[in-house]
Parts: sequence; structure tokens; C-alpha cells
Amino acid sequence: MLLAQDGIATGAIYALVALGIVLVFLVTRVIFVPFGDLVAYASLSLAALEENRRPGLIWLVLLLAGLAFLTEALTLLRAGHARLLPRAVLLYLLLPALPCAVAYVITPMDVPDLLRIVVTLALVLPTAPLLYRIAFRPIADAPVLVLLIVAVVVHFAMTGIALLCFGPEGARPRPLTGAIFEIGDIIVSGQTLLMLGAAVAASIGLLVFFARTLTGRALRATAINRVGARIVGIRPGEAGTTAFLLAALLAGLSGLLIGPVTTLVYDSGFVIGLKSFVGAIIGGLVSYPGAALGAVAIGLLESFTAFYDSAFKEVVVFAGLVPVLIIRSLLQGQAVEDAEEEL
Amino acid sequence: MIRLLGFAAIAVFPLLASPYALTLANYSGLAALVALGLVLLTGVGGLTSFGQAAFVGVGAYATAWLTTAQGASPWLGLALALALSGGIAGLLGAATLRLSGHLLPLSTIAWGLALFFLFGNLDALGRHTGMSDIPPASLFGHTLNSSLAGYTMIWLAVAVAFWLCGNLLDSRAGRAIRALRGGTAMVESLGIDSFAMRLAIFVIAGMLAGLSGWLLAHVQRFISPTAFDVGPGMEYLFMAILGGAGHLAGAILGAAIVTVARDRLQDVLAHIGPNSGQLEVVVFGALFVLILHRARGGLIPAVLKLLPARTRANPPDAAPLSRRALPEAGTVLLEVDQLTKRFGGLVAVNQVSFTLRAGEILGLIGPNGAGKSTLFNLVTGLLRPNAGQVRLLGRDITGASIRRIARLGLARTFQHVKLRPSMSLLENVMLGAHPRGRAGLLAATFRLDRAEEARLAAEAMRQLRRVGLDAAPHGLAGNLALGQQRVLEVARALAADPLLVILDEPAAGLRKPEKAALADLLRQLRAEGVTILLVEHDMEFVMSLVNRIVVMEFGTRLAEGLPAEIRANKAVQEAYLGGVA
Repeated sequence: MLLAQDGIATGAIYALVALGIVLVFLVTRVIFVPFGDLVAYASLSLAALEENRRPGLIWLVLLLAGLAFLTEALTLLRAGHARLLPRAVLLYLLLPALPCAVAYVITPMDVPDLLRIVVTLALVLPTAPLLYRIAFRPIADAPVLVLLIVAVVVHFAMTGIALLCFGPEGARPRPLTGAIFEIGDIIVSGQTLLMLGAAVAASIGLLVFFARTLTGRALRATAINRVGARIVGIRPGEAGTTAFLLAALLAGLSGLLIGPVTTLVYDSGFVIGLKSFVGAIIGGLVSYPGAALGAVAIGLLESFTAFYDSAFKEVVVFAGLVPVLIIRSLLQGQAVEDAEEEL
Repeated sequence: MIRLLGFAAIAVFPLLASPYALTLANYSGLAALVALGLVLLTGVGGLTSFGQAAFVGVGAYATAWLTTAQGASPWLGLALALALSGGIAGLLGAATLRLSGHLLPLSTIAWGLALFFLFGNLDALGRHTGMSDIPPASLFGHTLNSSLAGYTMIWLAVAVAFWLCGNLLDSRAGRAIRALRGGTAMVESLGIDSFAMRLAIFVIAGMLAGLSGWLLAHVQRFISPTAFDVGPGMEYLFMAILGGAGHLAGAILGAAIVTVARDRLQDVLAHIGPNSGQLEVVVFGALFVLILHRARGGLIPAVLKLLPARTRANPPDAAPLSRRALPEAGTVLLEVDQLTKRFGGLVAVNQVSFTLRAGEILGLIGPNGAGKSTLFNLVTGLLRPNAGQVRLLGRDITGASIRRIARLGLARTFQHVKLRPSMSLLENVMLGAHPRGRAGLLAATFRLDRAEEARLAAEAMRQLRRVGLDAAPHGLAGNLALGQQRVLEVARALAADPLLVILDEPAAGLRKPEKAALADLLRQLRAEGVTILLVEHDMEFVMSLVNRIVVMEFGTRLAEGLPAEIRANKAVQEAYLGGVA
């Protein structure tokens, strides 16, 4: 029972990450492999703030902001839109620098936990859109395969920078709540409930966002048909930025929630991201509830194998993808696709 | 010539190089083997794998375990390394190669990680510390444990692998493999088993990686799991793409550049700070992204531009390929009998019947949305009908696979021309003759297929001459105008020695003189005894050409008859002109 509880809680985090992956994939066709990294960054940053150390994420965000600004400025200058440069300064330099400055200032201070959490989230937020601007937007129309290779490469480049920024030590922030509930014979920690609650809330929130708001609908339109969306006045580039922003929010939340449960180091995000991705594939990579359920299944599988032989839990989880894929490809049948994939 | 220079450079290098450079060259060669497999996979076959490092690990651990724990000979280890890496690649490929575009590379990350964690957690494989004291290979009593011996083994393996892969690509199977990129619809319609081809290159790439792992284990004499993680897997891909994934030489160039650059970078970057251990990944990553943004073809195409173009002679005549028995003119060739296809509630084709006789051109016409394309897909095997039968020479082919229907003698062209633009005219037509050859992968790899290749080339040349495209057979298909590309597709269809050629809207998008030339060609082919089914909505084009016409509207057969009868038919006029004005 404890195993199941543990599995569901981890699964809920994977579900949050899986939601972000599906969201970004549907809107931009990018399979955002570095997504898991952001989860680890959030957790490490919060832990650092709690110990009154400056989180390395500050430097990472500033570096990305600088690169993104350069990319944007070059594009603008080449297109002869020099008058838009001030806007680029605002969007790509000042806006991302704001949370960095706040984090820098509050680090040595004794501030309420809530402020630290908010600042951490604000630090994580710009990372994904900035990465999108640097690595993906210049080739937004490239085949999925190229976008994927870029995503994988970006992940590996990020781990190198993250090692520099965060160092090799792991960290674990304090639990968000120490409450413990007893329901009958079962003991449930408040953290577990928070994790579950966040996953459910995020799923519902996304559902409402996509169904009810104009921005949400615009994102959906872009996901279905980029050209069509452009014709009715939706800018796919901006839709992409919004999607990455939302995804970063999900990643930040996941990091805050999972941090107190598992010790993370600068590169443990990759495995989290991949497990969520395996969950998303189980769900078919196109459906939000499917992805969430698949992710929970992965969490359960991991928690049970870890109990029997913890050394092999990663082997089982990743090898578990193969039968899933076999089933999917059998269901798919003799589909003759006509991919125009060109590298 | 360039190849000879390359081989000479490899042979002379150890005489001039310092021991340190020799070691770097050894690591370059080890990487080049893996990258060679990735060129086959990614650049040529259009499949991407981040998991190749895991196959290197399979090869390395297989031989390390066999030679240390079991005390067997390293040569036995080589057999096990190749068998295991090839076998595991076969299993994983069979499971995942049917996946669409992006799912496949992601699954390579997943099983790459699974294997990596497996290596790092098995007691028999030394867990995270790896295995050491692996014996060197020995030959005729000589122990091959010097750096020079390692160099010789590694680069001999690279040279042989390079030669064999080159042979493979320049063959019947190789053409099929090169045609994989850009979609399977065309490949399958030529009777080629695209899945088997994908699996073949996946296994070959896996075995090349396994070979690299075997060499690594016996040259370096120790192995640890970190070399087989997904990170190194990405680096191999980087090498292939940096060098030029479309060219075998790109693998060697990319591997050498990355290996040397990493060595230099590690020296420089180590001085930056305490945690700069992975900074070379950042540099490589940035470079990789830049290459993907700016020059996806890699370095080799830029080098090739500097070299003079190769001039190649037209293929000489050779004994003709065997032909199938063609039915006498007038016999019933194709029977479509009460064919019905429903998509949900929509009946796209409703009980349509017609027959086609050998030696005639039958036109199938109808306004847009009449169900022509659906009928076409039912006959060629792309779709299965809900009811009714299709018979070819009396044999029921209803619901048979595209491949089988193609092999039975039904050749087609595509409305949106499907050629391989980066292959020559000759090669595109030789693809059409694929089912008429039988040389397999092994025969191709060891050059036992030359006689058949000459016959295939001669046949393709004959068909190019037949349609009037024989002026520059080695030119690239992508350089042709649309009209000529359509004609090239006809030549490809003819090369299959078909019972029946089905043309899907061949006049679409053509200018008037191009249409006239195409019509002349089709008349000439009919005179030579070729049977043609023409699916078209250009009335003028059809009327001037065909023997008989079948008209479809709203999924049903509206009329059938001679062109003059159809022209006079009131119902047809109404369908096309929207009622008599």
C-alpha cells in the first residue's frame, strides 16, 4: 500500500511533466527533451535559497537571456527592423533579468518560504521560452526529426552548463508541508497530497485554459494546423513561446513538489523527463489525460520494481517502453506513411 | 582515386605519427565504425538512433565477459560480440522500426538508457567500475597489444567496413535502402519490403557498433559503462552529421574531427573552473545546433563541390532480364467487380465494376470527389474494400498487400511525382526493376551481384531510351522539369515489366506541350503492347488518347463506352457541366 502511494505520488509528478511535454509537442512539434532538466533546476534553486546560497539558475537564465537577445537582435537587424530592438531588450534581457535580480537580492535575507517559492518559479519560467528562441524558433518549420535532434543536443549542452552553475552536489529543499494525515489505517503525508492535488489541478487548469480562453484556443489551432493558424492571424512563434512558458511553469511546479521527496543533482532531470515521456507515449503523445494516466502507471511500475530490486528500476522502466511500442506498432497496422523527412 | 589516396594515408600515418597521435587515431577509427553505421541509418536510410553507444557496449561487454570470466579466445569474443549486437539490434528493430518518425529516435534513447543501466548494475559485468584485464587479441602466436597493432586492427576494420558498405549502397538492395528516405509509399509500390530494408540497416549499424566495442575492449584492455551512455550515443550522431550523413566518408571525417577537437577542448576547458568537466559537451552541442540550423548536409558536400565531377559512361548493353508472359491482346486483364468502400457513413466507391483488356488504354474519369482516387487505392492495395473483388488475369487480388500486387505485375505512377531527386535517372528506373533481380544484401556486400547489376542497368537504360530520357542517364532526377519527371515515372513503371501500368492523373500540373508529349508517349507504348489504366480528370487529354472510358460520379459508375459515346452522354455532360444550361 505504501508502495502504491509512493508510486502514485511520483507518478503525479511524472504526469505534470508529461503534460508539459505533450503541450509543447502539440503546439510546436518539438519534443522538449531538456524539460526534465528544468524540474531539477527548480528543486536545486529552492534548496539553495533556503540555505542562503545564490542559486546557479541565476547565471543560467542570464546566459540564456544574453544568447536569446543576440539571436533576436541578429534576426531583427538582418530583416531591417532595427526599431524593434528596444522591444527585444525588454523581452529578452530585462524581463528575464528581473527574477534574477530579485533572487540575487533576497538570497542572504531571511524571507518567508512562500517568497522563495515564488522567486524560484519566476526563475524557472523564462528558461524554456528563451531556449525556444535560441534553438527552436529559427528552424520552426524543420522536420520533427531535426527538432528532436536539436532538443536532445540542447539537453546535453544544458547539462554541461548546469554542472558549472550548480556544481555536482545534490540538494533537497524542505518539504512544503510537514502535515501527516491518517485515513483509516493509511498514513498519508501532506506532501503526497500536494503532489496529487497539483497534478489534478494542473490537468483541469490546462483543460479549462484550452477550452475557454482565447489564447488556449489559439494554441490548439496552431497545434492542429500551423499554416491555417497563421492565416487567421495567430503567430505560431508567439504561440510557441506561450506553450514553452506554460511548460516551464509545469516544470517549476514539479520541481518544487518532487524536490523534498528525492535528492536531485544537476543532471537528474533527464531521467525524470524521459520517464514522463515514456508515460506520455503510453498515452499516445496526443492526449492530456492519456499522458497523465501513463505517467502514473510509470510511477507505480518504478515504485514496485524499486522495492524488489532497486538497482534495476531504471532498466525495467526504460525497457518497459519496448513492449508498449510493440503494442502501439501492432495497433498501428500496415500504415503506409509518407514522411517528407529530410535532414 | 580519392579512395586510394585515403587508404594510402591510413597506411602511412603510423610511420609519421607520434604515439599520442596514434592513440587519437585509434579512438577516431573506433568512433568512425559506429558513425559509419549511423550514416547508413540516418543519412541514407532516414532513421535516427541515439542508442548506438549501447551496441558498442554490447560488443565490448560480450567479449570482455567471454575472455575474462570464461577464458575464451578474443576471436570467439568477436563472434559473440557481433552475434549479440546484431541479434539485439534485430529484436529492438523488429519492435520499434515500424514507429513513425519521432517515436523511433526517442525509443532509441529509452533502450539505450535501459542497456546502460543494465551494464552498470550487473555483478558479472563489474557494475559501475566496469571490467579490466581484458586480454589482447593474438594472431599466429603474436600478441596484438602494441599501439601500432591496435591501429592496424582498427583501421583495417574501418577500411573493410567502408568498402563493404560502399558495395552495399551501390547495389540493388542499396538502391532500395537509399530510396527509404522520403516515405514508404513509393518504395512499397515497387514491390520492395521497406521494413526488411530498415531492419537490415539497423542490424548492420548495430553490428558495426558491436565490432567497434570488440576492438575497444581488446585495444584499451578495460571498459567502463560511461562510454556506452546516451551522451556518447549523441556524439556518434554528431560525428555522422558533422561529416556529412549522406556520405560514408562523412563518418570518418566527422569521427576524426570530433575526436581530435574533444582532446584539444578538454585541455583548454579544464582550466576554466572546478566544475568545467562537461564543457566540451556544451561546445559540441552549440556546434551541433548550429550545423542543424545552417548546414544539415555536413562537411563532405562542401568538399565534393571542390572536386571535379565524375564523368560516367552509359551502362553497356547486357543480356536482357527474363520477362513475364504477357497475355494476348484482348484477353481480360483486370476485372473490378462490384467494388465498394465505405468511410464511416460515406460510401466513397459504391458497387463499381469494369473490365480492362490487354493492349488497351482505359480512361477512368470523373469530377473531383467522384471516388477515382479511392478506387485507385483499392486496386493498388493501399486500401481494403468493404465488398467486391479485384481480379488480375482471373486471380483474386482483393485486399492483397501493395507489395504483392506490385510483384504480380501492376505498376503505377503517382499524382504527386514520387521520385528520389538525389538519385540519378538511371537509378530511379533501376528501382522499378527491383523485383526482377534477386541479389541480396550479402551478395551485394561482397560484389557477387555484378552480372545481375549490369543487366538491371541495361534494362533501365533501355526503358530510358524508350521514353526518350536517355540523353543524360546519370543526371539527378531532381533536376528534371515536372513533365519529364512524369515520364521518368512511366519509365520506372515499365522497368518492372508490368502486365498493367496505372497512371494517376499524369496530366495534372503539366503545360500543354508537355501534355501532348506525354500523350504521344502513351500512344507509342500502346502500339508496343502495353496495357494502361489512366485515372484522370482532364477530359481533353483522355478523349484524344483512350480506347474506352469509364465515368464515375458520387462513387458510382455513371457511364462506360467509347470516347464518342461518352461525349454524347447526357448524364456525363450534366455531371461535368453541372446540368444543361
